[in-house]
Amino acid sequence: MSQVEFKVWRQDGATDEGGYQRYSTEITEGMVVLDAVHQIQAESANDLAVRWNCKAGKCGSCSAEVNGKPRLMCMTRMSDIDTSRPITIEPVRAFPVMRDLVPDVSFNFEAKKKIKKFKPRKPDSEDGTWRMQQVDVERVQEFRKCIECFLCQDVCHVLRDHHKHDEFIGPRLLVYTAALDMHPLDEENRLEDLKEDQGIGYCNITKCCTKVCPEHITITDNAIIPLKERVASEFYDPLTRLFKVFSS
Amino acid sequence: MALESALKQRSFGETERQDAWWLQPAATFAGLAAFVVYSTWAAFQGEHYTFGPYLSPMYSPELWGNSHHALFGPPPGWWPSFLPFSPAFLILWAPGGFRFTCYYYRGAYYKAFWADPIQCGVGEPRKGYRGENSLPLILQNVHRYFLYFALIFIVFLSYDAIAGYFFEDGFGVRVGSLVLTLNVIFLAGYTFGCHSLRHLVGGGLNVFSKNPIRKTCWDCVGAFNRKHMVWAWLSLFWVGFTDFYVRMCSMGVWTDLRII
Repeated sequence: MSQVEFKVWRQDGATDEGGYQRYSTEITEGMVVLDAVHQIQAESANDLAVRWNCKAGKCGSCSAEVNGKPRLMCMTRMSDIDTSRPITIEPVRAFPVMRDLVPDVSFNFEAKKKIKKFKPRKPDSEDGTWRMQQVDVERVQEFRKCIECFLCQDVCHVLRDHHKHDEFIGPRLLVYTAALDMHPLDEENRLEDLKEDQGIGYCNITKCCTKVCPEHITITDNAIIPLKERVASEFYDPLTRLFKVFSS
Repeated sequence: MALESALKQRSFGETERQDAWWLQPAATFAGLAAFVVYSTWAAFQGEHYTFGPYLSPMYSPELWGNSHHALFGPPPGWWPSFLPFSPAFLILWAPGGFRFTCYYYRGAYYKAFWADPIQCGVGEPRKGYRGENSLPLILQNVHRYFLYFALIFIVFLSYDAIAGYFFEDGFGVRVGSLVLTLNVIFLAGYTFGCHSLRHLVGGGLNVFSKNPIRKTCWDCVGAFNRKHMVWAWLSLFWVGFTDFYVRMCSMGVWTDLRII
């Protein structure tokens, strides 16, 4: 057992300046950061706002930045953190703060509405069902692991530092688009939207999103770059276009 | 409230990270800068790029030149006399362009050289940002064309590696033979893991079951692609070392030891 100091971000609404408040609490074996936050809430800051739900790394609610790194608080063990210095806990930085550690992530749901929906081909059977091979759906199953914690959105510098929310949908929604666009039944064409409205060209492949994903989705290599390549084939590659003309 | 006004721009280097976040971009900067300086110097030398059957990868294929490796003979008459000539000038643009537009290197040098961002979760020096959405970086989409040249280069470098086992007195294995062989293995590992190649062989498909050959190709490229960064650095270092080895042997500084 040891007494550990925390610097927790406190902010009363999006217009408030906000700042760090120091708290100290006792850490025992097996605790995660979310436990420590709850303990601080119980002992010294009853009005501290924190969003959480499953405490098992599956709901994506308790996203925050622990010592500057985007993390799920419920999956970050205190034993993995250097406690000799105050531990900073702040809300994700790519979205406005509603209160304390609770961000307003509604941007993600609004941006998602703009992505063209799943459009399956005609059913394979008269009973209105389709047949798919496992080998065809394996690729998109990786993307279905996403828990929408939005840590990838948080660490993406296009949103976090350049605030291109109006022009760029961010890694999470590019993964969502990849899941639709690479689906073996889907027939929709989303490439023009990706290029024009959803700003895939803004991604400069820093792979920060991949590094923070708690579900270990290979966001950059398996979703974003393949989408970039599809856009390149459609709009920037005269040879591919010529080949398509002749092959059709 | 608009998102823009609700979010604050952090200053350059501002972060709550407590780890040595600067180490990776600094190492990338040092590694890439060292290679660019060495390869530029080596390209301008125009000599000591062959030794026996060996040909430096920075000069391969030698289109025109003074060595017996030259495909089309001595330096061409049309080359402007006021410009220095080196066989490397004629070919280095292709592997250089391939690496410059490579998805891995782009992410690496955007961080290390442009600080855009300098590291994940660390404040940036500039507020404006255009990314690869407009000129000049939209030209990075040319990567697949450099890939086509890179694949051709693998053929030439494979030939060089095999030729590196045949000396004036017949077949043999020397240290240089192995250096050239490792060079083409590392370069092939890097080239065959290219993201554009992965797309071209099968990544553009949604239904793999109807294209089993392309699925197999996609899997193979994917296997290399998972370690693309490792292949990228390994091949970069080894290309430089191979040139250095041939140069040292050619200058008589090092002895090319015979193994078999």
